[in-house]
Amino acid sequence: MTTMAILTIFLLSVFVGFEVVSKVSTTLHTPLMSGANAIHGIILVGAILVAAEAKSTLETTLAILAVVLATINMVGGFVVTDRMLEMFKGKGGKK
Amino acid sequence: MNSNLYALIGLGVAVSFIMALKGLSAPKTARRGNLIGAFGATVATVIVFFDPSIEEGHNTLLIIGAIAFGVIVGVPAARRIQMTQMPQLVALFNGVGGGAAALVAIVEYLNLGESASFGEVLATVFTVLVGSVSFSGSVITFLKLQELMTTRPVVFPGGRFVIAATLAGALGTSGWVIASGGTTPLLILAGLSLLFGVLFVLPVGGADVPIVISLLNAFTGLTVAASGYVLQSTLLIVAGTLVGASGTILTRKMAEAMGRSLFGTLFGAFTAKPQAAAGAGEARPVKSGSPDDVAILLNYAQRVVIVPGFGLAVAQAQHTVRELADLLAAKGVEVAYGIHPVAGRMPGHMNVLLAEANVPYEQLVEMEEINPTFPQTDVVLVVGANDVVNPAAKTTPGCPIYGMPILDVSEAGNVIFLKRSMRPGFAGIENDLLYDAKTTLLFGDAKDSLTKVVSALKNL
Repeated sequence: MTTMAILTIFLLSVFVGFEVVSKVSTTLHTPLMSGANAIHGIILVGAILVAAEAKSTLETTLAILAVVLATINMVGGFVVTDRMLEMFKGKGGKK
Repeated sequence: MNSNLYALIGLGVAVSFIMALKGLSAPKTARRGNLIGAFGATVATVIVFFDPSIEEGHNTLLIIGAIAFGVIVGVPAARRIQMTQMPQLVALFNGVGGGAAALVAIVEYLNLGESASFGEVLATVFTVLVGSVSFSGSVITFLKLQELMTTRPVVFPGGRFVIAATLAGALGTSGWVIASGGTTPLLILAGLSLLFGVLFVLPVGGADVPIVISLLNAFTGLTVAASGYVLQSTLLIVAGTLVGASGTILTRKMAEAMGRSLFGTLFGAFTAKPQAAAGAGEARPVKSGSPDDVAILLNYAQRVVIVPGFGLAVAQAQHTVRELADLLAAKGVEVAYGIHPVAGRMPGHMNVLLAEANVPYEQLVEMEEINPTFPQTDVVLVVGANDVVNPAAKTTPGCPIYGMPILDVSEAGNVIFLKRSMRPGFAGIENDLLYDAKTTLLFGDAKDSLTKVVSALKNL
């Protein structure tokens, strides 16, 4: 990938990131933060990639540790966000 | 797997994350949005094993074992956590994510060795620096919120210089890594960054902690994007940048909700002198009442506003408070909840708790709307809140919460505080309102007190 292509992707993502949360209500600050937190757990993909390439014992150990931490971040993040949002259910129906 | 198909699936996952964030910003679609994100993340995790660039079968079992272990740790933690402890769990999840990003960058750096390009080294340095700060900073916020250490700002003599020196050291080491490469400087950089993360969060206290969590969350997102650059993964770049950008906006919104600039939040504590506690206040008389007194006050009120705070969450009193509100409504009393944007330990914390107790959404009134109605309110029932109604935010320049908008409960006819003790709130400052003539205090666990008030009210 060229640096220019990466820069383009980066900048466009910045604007999308700004835009999607621009109208969030205070009520949802916490779940949104928690959901975004779970999304950066996608570093798991990176951890798997480096773990699959790791050669030395040191590299393997660090990479596997990264896989464990990233999994906790991703899976735990989505589960805890769902638990928060579970409590909002039914409200839409009542209104 | 065909590399075009692989890239296409990656693109689909990136889109799912955009939809997830979009969904999460509106109440109706929030849960679905989260599930879309979770689905996308699962797909990404499965297909990465078919990444065309990786050697087949190398370390695969070990990786799957590590994922299984992570699931075994993460899921029960997320399932079992009390709703009151949610903020610190989110902080911890964020921290391990930052740590993972830093580790990924270190491993890839070791792997690339001499062949790393300038850009790759730069991105590695950034990821290790920021990821380590995010990790150790989040651990400190966790310790503060879990009250395993003091919740007040920790300021020590010369602290500012130590912080500045650590930062300068970390930046200098970054330059060293970029100039000469090698493993040792990178590990020193990781160490200094971890130290800086600790020093950076220690002076932040009280209600500012949630803002710091949100900021560190955005940081972690950026490190993920930087690792994506090193690993040539579009998905990581997009996902990380999305979180970085939306997290920055969210952090700003939170800071605004608390009426302070982001800069002030982060650096105010560096310059603040440790607040001298109002020593004279401790001996002042307070008026405490019985559950019956409170029930009588409420019974003859026209309008009651309930202000929930962290104490409500701790006592798990959301169902009892709703019972009380329903009882009052049945007696013809107008009831509303005054929700401060940062009541509890996280913005929106109270909304989540009261939604759990099925409190009608229309009764939850935000600060700007409820404040003008306090003069027409007969009784304000403060359930385990303190800092968000503390007039010191208006009257005492230099106190940690000065400038934060508060609920003007002192405008109401009567104020009832349900409190466990005279202990100050999370920010660690005295509340003058407790000594006010129109204030009645009812000591005890919020749930016990509310239960007693409910039964007293039924007997009236």
